[in-house]
Amino acid sequence: MSTESAPVPKSGVAEDVQQGPRVAVSALVTNLREYGLILALIAIMVFFQYTTSGTLFKPVNLSNLVQQNSFIIVMALGMLLVIVSGHIDLSVGSVAGFIGALAAMMMVIWPLGPFSNPLVVSIICLMIGGAIGAGQGYWIAYHRIPSFIVTLAGMLIFRGICQALLGGGSSVGPLPAGFKALSSGFIPDVIGSLTLIPPVVNAAGKTIVGSGLTLHMTTIVIGLVAVLAYAYFGLRARRSRERHGYEAEPFTLFVVKTLVTSALALFLVYQFATYRGLPIVLVVMGVLIALFVFVTKRMTVGRRIYAMGGNAKAAQLSGIKTERLTLMVFINMGVLSALGGLIIAARLGQAVPAAGLGSELDVIAAVFIGGASAMGGVGQVIGAVVGGFIMGVMNNGMSIMGVNVDWQQVVKGLVLLGAVVFDVYNKNKA
Amino acid sequence: MASTILEMRDITKTFPGVKALSNVNLSVEEGEIHAVVGENGAGKSTLMKVLSGVYPSGTYDGEIIYRGDECHFKGIHDSERRGIVIIHQELALVPMLSIAENIFLGNEHARYGVIDWNANETRTSALLKKVGLKEDPKTLITNIGVGKQQLVEIAKALSKEVQLLILDEPTASLSEKDSQALLDLLLEFKRHGITSILISHKLNEVNRVADKVTIIRDGRTIETLAKKDISEDRIITSMVGRSLDDRYPSREPEIGEIVLQVRNWSVYHPIHAERQVIKGIDIDVRKGEVVGIAGLMGAGRTEFAMSLFGRSYGRRITGEVLLKGKPIDVSSVSKAVEHGIAYVTEDRKTYGLNLIDHIKHNITLANLPGVSRHSVIDDMRELAVANDYKAKTNIRSSSVYQMTGNLSGGNQQKVVLSKWLFANPEVLILDEPTRGIDVGAKYEIYTIIARLASEGKAIIVISSEMPELLGITDRIYVMNEGRIVGEMAASDASQEKIMRAIVRGEGKAS
Repeated sequence: MSTESAPVPKSGVAEDVQQGPRVAVSALVTNLREYGLILALIAIMVFFQYTTSGTLFKPVNLSNLVQQNSFIIVMALGMLLVIVSGHIDLSVGSVAGFIGALAAMMMVIWPLGPFSNPLVVSIICLMIGGAIGAGQGYWIAYHRIPSFIVTLAGMLIFRGICQALLGGGSSVGPLPAGFKALSSGFIPDVIGSLTLIPPVVNAAGKTIVGSGLTLHMTTIVIGLVAVLAYAYFGLRARRSRERHGYEAEPFTLFVVKTLVTSALALFLVYQFATYRGLPIVLVVMGVLIALFVFVTKRMTVGRRIYAMGGNAKAAQLSGIKTERLTLMVFINMGVLSALGGLIIAARLGQAVPAAGLGSELDVIAAVFIGGASAMGGVGQVIGAVVGGFIMGVMNNGMSIMGVNVDWQQVVKGLVLLGAVVFDVYNKNKA
Repeated sequence: MASTILEMRDITKTFPGVKALSNVNLSVEEGEIHAVVGENGAGKSTLMKVLSGVYPSGTYDGEIIYRGDECHFKGIHDSERRGIVIIHQELALVPMLSIAENIFLGNEHARYGVIDWNANETRTSALLKKVGLKEDPKTLITNIGVGKQQLVEIAKALSKEVQLLILDEPTASLSEKDSQALLDLLLEFKRHGITSILISHKLNEVNRVADKVTIIRDGRTIETLAKKDISEDRIITSMVGRSLDDRYPSREPEIGEIVLQVRNWSVYHPIHAERQVIKGIDIDVRKGEVVGIAGLMGAGRTEFAMSLFGRSYGRRITGEVLLKGKPIDVSSVSKAVEHGIAYVTEDRKTYGLNLIDHIKHNITLANLPGVSRHSVIDDMRELAVANDYKAKTNIRSSSVYQMTGNLSGGNQQKVVLSKWLFANPEVLILDEPTRGIDVGAKYEIYTIIARLASEGKAIIVISSEMPELLGITDRIYVMNEGRIVGEMAASDASQEKIMRAIVRGEGKAS
């Protein structure tokens, strides 16, 4: 890359010759950065698989892992957009706690009649989350109050309301089973299960839990369809590039990437299928991840958020309504915080005053581990998701290993610092 | 007879993949003002960084002889100890500290770490007097203008007992008046025996103060001219390596009907609400016409253009904008863009580009609907558009995936231009389109402007360089203190006429 001090080449000929390989090399370098993160996740998984004597990848544990950490990834999707647009949101943990408490009060305590139906309550709660985001975003977007301050205030306010709603230190529950399914439920097996090895029946006539091998066929089919779709769309995008006469990434790289990703996905799907199928929350999360990848990569609104984070003034002078866009980013964050709050409450089966406490830090850490820049303008959805999984696997793995909670925090802090230092070092080298 | 104070011999500096300097020689005599000129990227700044030790001894080849000693500077401290002080293009002052604090930053009069403020301020006052700056040493840097900040930098250099002062494009962001004052100051220093090296783009300034000029091109010394041989044409020929008889492309204007009319446009200052910045401006621009707006710094030209472009500047904006005779609403940038108005900013890094994103994304930003369907971007179409404009405006980069932050000024300007061309405007307002870019790239920008005019666009060019306006426009408005004070056909105009209009402020001259 040429710099200001380098003489500008006078003819275009030399560059045209260089263009091909240089594009490929730069594609490889960016891809390596992305893969580096995924490789780190795999390394961490292998490490814990080994240190927990194989417990990590046990189907039961995988389900637990997803159910315990999905709320972090859901909120990280919103946080990514907040951070890319050059802001921060410290209130997400408190908003999640507040929404959990509100949902519990509506379903269990308050006599709301038909409005205490879990689905109705969830929809109302998501809307209230959006309203909270709008309230905070309004000050940030239209009055230019730093987001750090506005959301720090929000963090205090909503934690306080959460605790007040629950009447001091008490918890509210139990929540209806229909609601808890959001976190602890599995998708129904509409196709029917396939028994490969019949379970062992003991003398008392009961089946022994964990014996035999029965596959949840709906899960298998969804997994296969998803992997095929992934390969198909990847191939189609390649074809389109080639048809328009542009260099695509090297074919071997593409094949290896697709195969590794598919194999990993199929392995995980298989593990879920041998247990009770895909957790509902994993499906919700998957749909949201796909949606956010699409929005950030392909939609104009996504592009505008990156432009705004990269240079707000230039974006504004290019006709982008930066105030409204900032407001939308915070509304989105509010809705996802509310969803996070519902997921937490559904998993615990009750609302507790400390729900979501400190989770804003996990969420922000996930986004930064995923390669986002604190200055705004840089960051990828997949990065944030992988970052979230890295945090989740470490939480889960260390818990199984019996590492003290205090030391878990130390390790997570070091991983965050290490990931960002590595990233900055790489960028400076490039 | 003056003796040689500095001799740089066969300086060669290589960056990975690029030879920035090859066998450059520079010889400066005691007490002279020595100008170093060259296109952007020619290696001037690199040479000065070698001299001041920013690139430490050992990272380059060649020798530096200063006052008879061969020097091996390991860092800026070494060179400053010998009285060589460099003032960079981007000022290195701390905005929220006072003048005195800035001047003695890192060098405070202190005892056991406790600062003696009286001593600092007394010395600061003395230094400020030397550079002719009438400000309280306690004034914060943020509260004084760029011109005065430049003087503070020079006072700071004086505090270091400077013997060889290096100024890297010192007047790039100064007004005409401040520039003159600065150049006078250099002449004053010369009388006190301080030697200066002046790096500049502005040949008229070089002409005025320099005793000698060294021209650098593509990392090589081309020649050193003595005072009597200095002429703009000679310098330009050496700088670009070809004769520039035509500094401006010729064109046959085909001027059509009126496209844009602005009537009685008034704007008030965004902070000082009682101050009227634009005072009832009327202008019109025709199809295929290039109209210039001349004026001094602070005349309100940029403020006028930005207020017109979606009220991006000022408050209490009144007046009427008509496009092809019909009044239009330009109250937001997106509305202005929809009506076919584009504004290419004077400050491309702050207002024009997303420097951490690549060329492709920057080019399509102002017209994303043009590459998308139902708000979904068509990647292939976007790539085709970006490559198309890269070719049309001759952006020099490895591909459209290069970060705009890594491009040279001229190429950055072409990206900003491409962005607005893709928005397909009918009226294009260009604010200082060639500021800070080299002669070769300037010619390319002029060519693009001429082509756009021939395609039937209405173009407004705001520029502080009068020869540029005279060279590329068809008609010139002269602005001063928020008013149009003159209007003339470019063929009748001259620098003197424009200046006269400004000075007299006499209504419409035509």
